[in-house]
Amino acid sequence: MTLAGIIIMVLSVTVVSGLFFWCVAKVLTVSDDQTDKLHGFEQETPDVEHDEK
Amino acid sequence: MTDSSPKKDGWNSRIGVILAVAGSAVGIGNFLRFPGQAAEYGGGAFMIAYIIAFLFIGLPICWTEWAMGRFGGKHGFNTAPGIFNVFSGRSSVPKYFGVIALVIPIIIYMYYVYIESWCLGYAANFLAGNMSFENVSEAGAFFAKFTGIAKDGSSLAFGFDQVGGYLIIVFIINFFLIFRGLSKGIELFCKFAMPTLLLLAFVILIRVLTLGTPDASKPENNVYNGLGFMWNPTKYYVEESVTQDDGATEWVVQEELVGAASIALAQEKAAGSETVRVMKKGVGEQLLNPQLWLAAAGQIFFSLSVGFGIILTYASYLKKDSDVVLSGLTATSTNEFCEVGLGGLITLPAAVAFLGVAGLAGVGTGTFSLGFNVLPMVFSEMPGGSIFGFLFFFLLFLAAVTSSLSMLQPGIAFLEEALTLNRKQSVAILGVITSMGTLFVVYFSESLKALDTLDFWVGTFLIFVLATFQIILFGWVWGTKAGLEEAAHGASISIPRFFAFIIKYVTPLFLLVVFALFILYNVLGISGGSMSSYITDLIGENPNKVAWMSVSLIVLMGGFFTLMISGVERYREFKKKMGGGA
Repeated sequence: MTLAGIIIMVLSVTVVSGLFFWCVAKVLTVSDDQTDKLHGFEQETPDVEHDEK
Repeated sequence: MTDSSPKKDGWNSRIGVILAVAGSAVGIGNFLRFPGQAAEYGGGAFMIAYIIAFLFIGLPICWTEWAMGRFGGKHGFNTAPGIFNVFSGRSSVPKYFGVIALVIPIIIYMYYVYIESWCLGYAANFLAGNMSFENVSEAGAFFAKFTGIAKDGSSLAFGFDQVGGYLIIVFIINFFLIFRGLSKGIELFCKFAMPTLLLLAFVILIRVLTLGTPDASKPENNVYNGLGFMWNPTKYYVEESVTQDDGATEWVVQEELVGAASIALAQEKAAGSETVRVMKKGVGEQLLNPQLWLAAAGQIFFSLSVGFGIILTYASYLKKDSDVVLSGLTATSTNEFCEVGLGGLITLPAAVAFLGVAGLAGVGTGTFSLGFNVLPMVFSEMPGGSIFGFLFFFLLFLAAVTSSLSMLQPGIAFLEEALTLNRKQSVAILGVITSMGTLFVVYFSESLKALDTLDFWVGTFLIFVLATFQIILFGWVWGTKAGLEEAAHGASISIPRFFAFIIKYVTPLFLLVVFALFILYNVLGISGGSMSSYITDLIGENPNKVAWMSVSLIVLMGGFFTLMISGVERYREFKKKMGGGA
């Protein structure tokens, strides 16, 4: 592994890890109201509920 | 994305958000597709293009999709054709670009469930103790038999170590969950399965990084050289002079060299030879290949689900004050952490340690297959490898189920929107369409040709086209100012101001230039470029019939949805209401 390779690896892993842990810290410190506004792809979509009614 | 749950304890709720985001973000793309792509495009230079594409393309487009989706949802539209129709003023043309956003997730679903069934089959075989291999050839032979890559049709076999039965189980599980609306159950399960998968990935990463040199008789096959192959920006090749039929000689690449010792040895051997030489390929030369940029951007899009049409649909269900900025950034960063920090450091270094750089070329049967050939060898080098192997592939299977369920949602939502069907009717129609498509992918299993062709033309090319269209629509039709104001609504963090410039100028220009150069170099083969194998499969001297059928399937799906879109009354009514033409 060359020095350039090590630099690219360290920079890349640091950037993505730093961003990930910053996001985790941010999510853990937002207000309760704001927490309810955060979402992933939640599978229970409104059309499922509509069909169930 | 409903907010119907009662207010929970703050800390648990926040942890729940992170786990939910991780569950929906992490999938096969991170651990299996990414290493295959990095290997195919040479490692180090690919990673430079990849990181640049992430910062200047993936992240901005991700935010714009969340914002566009939520805005479209406010007008009652949940799929790309309807959402694009909202932004297009008097023109009715943009809604037809939405066809791409329907074709992409449906076609990807057709081959994604196939790979899902590999994960399930590998998990079952690990549990049954069938996966303790002595060498990588045995692991490769198992994979070849399991997937039927030797001959078309041989994948439709139903032994314990063959994919057929697992595919049927996976298909039934997927449609049962989505038809009965039980996907919330798997989503909850994945909230707990995902941290376990990440923990397991850490354990595997430590094992890979301490593998050293698995075979003492092949000292060059070690993890350090594996990391070098993955990250070194400069490449060294051994080339041999080959005499053609017409008497002309041509230098042909024989193998790639990684590691100072092997480079020095090859240079010493080549010094006295007129038919062998060692060539150095700098990072600049590699980065001049447009297909590398297309693949790097395509991988970013694939793993972030950007340019898929999926984010548009899910964001359309959000409330108008939902935080799309932090939600999008958290999903993106979780993905990248798993992909670069874990997936990238596990599979490819392990592949070089077991196969060597030269051996990697022999696994070249599609971008997904590398992990299935190599990871069983890593587990066989670990105490309790069968249990670790079972857990890893089973958790990956669960992660893949959540991803494949979300791939069906744009199609379901479109059938509901266009034909005013209910969800179960839409699921039934999509079930028939995707079953036929999956059967096509599985039947034409020789060298995984159908899978690989669809993955390039849909999983890379069409995603690229859709992402380009979306960023232009956002930056130049909706307007960066209006779009970013919409994104900021309800957000707990701000999108840095310089992203306005990036979204309006840098990202579209970047995508258009790469696309133009790809057409010039890799499609037309002019200006010193070489035609992509995906092009020569179609228009070369020996066209490949499976490649042609795969592309025809894509065109057929596109035509089907185009005809449907042209007759959707709701889109016409919206235009009339907004004072535009139909």
